[in-house]
Amino acid sequence: MRIGGAAALVTGGSRGLGAALGGELARRGARVVLVARGGEPLERAAAAIRAAGGEAHALVADVADKEAVYPLVGAATALVGPIDLLVHNASALGPVPLRPLAETECEDLSAVLEANLVGPFRLTKAVVGSMVLRGAGLVLGVSSDAAVTGYPGWGAYGVSKAGLDHLARTWAAELAGTGVHFLSVDPGEMDTLMHAQAMPEADRSALADPRAVAGRIADIVENAESFASGSRLEAASWRSAG
Amino acid sequence: MTPAAWPRPGSAPRRLLHVDPVRGALADRRIEDLPELLRPGDLLVVNDAATVPASLAGAIRGSPLEVRLAGPGASPAEWTAVLFGPGTWRQRTEDRPPPPELRPGDRIDFAGGLAAEVLRVSPVSPRLVELRFTAAGGDLWPALYRAGRPVQYSYLAGPLALWHVQTPFGSRPWAVEAPSAGLVLTVGLLQSLRRRGVRLAPVAHAAGLSSTGEPRLDALLPLPERYDVPPETARAVAAARARGGRVVAAGTTVVRAIEAAAGSGGRLTAGPGVTDLRVGPGYRPVAVDGLLTGLHEPGTSHFQLEAAFAPPALLEDAFHHADKEGYLGHEFGDVSLILAA
Repeated sequence: MRIGGAAALVTGGSRGLGAALGGELARRGARVVLVARGGEPLERAAAAIRAAGGEAHALVADVADKEAVYPLVGAATALVGPIDLLVHNASALGPVPLRPLAETECEDLSAVLEANLVGPFRLTKAVVGSMVLRGAGLVLGVSSDAAVTGYPGWGAYGVSKAGLDHLARTWAAELAGTGVHFLSVDPGEMDTLMHAQAMPEADRSALADPRAVAGRIADIVENAESFASGSRLEAASWRSAG
Repeated sequence: MTPAAWPRPGSAPRRLLHVDPVRGALADRRIEDLPELLRPGDLLVVNDAATVPASLAGAIRGSPLEVRLAGPGASPAEWTAVLFGPGTWRQRTEDRPPPPELRPGDRIDFAGGLAAEVLRVSPVSPRLVELRFTAAGGDLWPALYRAGRPVQYSYLAGPLALWHVQTPFGSRPWAVEAPSAGLVLTVGLLQSLRRRGVRLAPVAHAAGLSSTGEPRLDALLPLPERYDVPPETARAVAAARARGGRVVAAGTTVVRAIEAAAGSGGRLTAGPGVTDLRVGPGYRPVAVDGLLTGLHEPGTSHFQLEAAFAPPALLEDAFHHADKEGYLGHEFGDVSLILAA
């Protein structure tokens, strides 16, 4: 899809990959709405984009909150117009340090699923009808290696991301031929606050810079139609994989 | 006619009364029959305005009042509004006490720190005002969504949530009441229509209040309303007419937007506008051939609009037939399609 002139809504936009991707989309000409729970880092991320000459708006919302969905979509659309690109980037890890499933509280699993799976489902539902009507749009879910491999301690998160991938596949099957595209992207391991919370002992020098990953994801967005809708891609390797 | 007292999910069964103005015939159908009632090459135009939570509980000089936004004004922070005295949606609007008297420059305070200044008071009624919110842009919208709740009327069974008043394809938040013909058009139905060869296109129209409870004000409805016809939609209307397809409006707001944007030859001028067009008996539509809408009682402004598409006697028969057959009325009710077979 063409990023220049597109209206993009990026959840989890206050820091890490979300802030970097919002910046990259704005640099390529998108009108960007960043969404996160926290006001101050979110406003800083939007201000940094504006300072660099891009268009960015900050909206405070918790994507896990059912009541927040239509106010968020309404406010975003009032600011940038009908949403062309929806990026589900906000994620909850659940309690850290990460713990095995046998020691995961049911309520903690539910909270992770609300943030990473049910929230994106609601948000997609609120946006996708407008995309179907206009015959175009891209919904991109930020996934994880943990969606396909069962890593000890990553159960709740991994299950939620596997669910998010499968939501994309199912939306893609149901809305085939409408012009609306769905993709899941595994960004790989990045030097972010979330990674530090999950794996504090990791060697940061071996982790990717989220800004570099954001550039690759923006390339994927620009080439979205070349991938089958519902596909799962790895940001690090999609170029070579074609 | 019995009103639908609660929203029905998009997938719930809905009845559709087909009113054929050429044959003068009525037929009981269902909403899922819509694709076969339209022809390949027809164009269905929908209103893609999202619905604002336009009822705001406020106070002026300590006295409570309810502000119902009636439509967006000249700038994003300015709105036309109708005021009510203390009370709730559970009372009939005609039973609500008047609001405190307002003057230009007065300030109304709402929940969460939102406030508005009264810019003008209408000479027609002290309840019709123009306001400017003190917040703007990225601050105004979240504040409005926090302070407001959906406008609703006393025939409903309980308080509405914001999602109850959204169509599946709502986009810019301009409507103060749900553009209700769109509530029956599920994403699945849009796909069925496309498979049938029916084209789809949006306009945005700031659907206004359907009732104020004050006869002088109700006589003014619909107030001038904002609309926007995307260039793609103007082209889609021209293409439909060129291939002999019909242009069917999903909702009375779509009729007003398209007819307002249409020149005498039926060609639409794309872009935003404000319309005070009144469509009624004797009005000859230049661009719209048919209408999907609710079931409207004779005498109402919606019924008057329908009369531009079918003889009033046939529409009265249709209403009484629907009433006898148990069709449900109002925004969450059943629908009719006024279109030649």
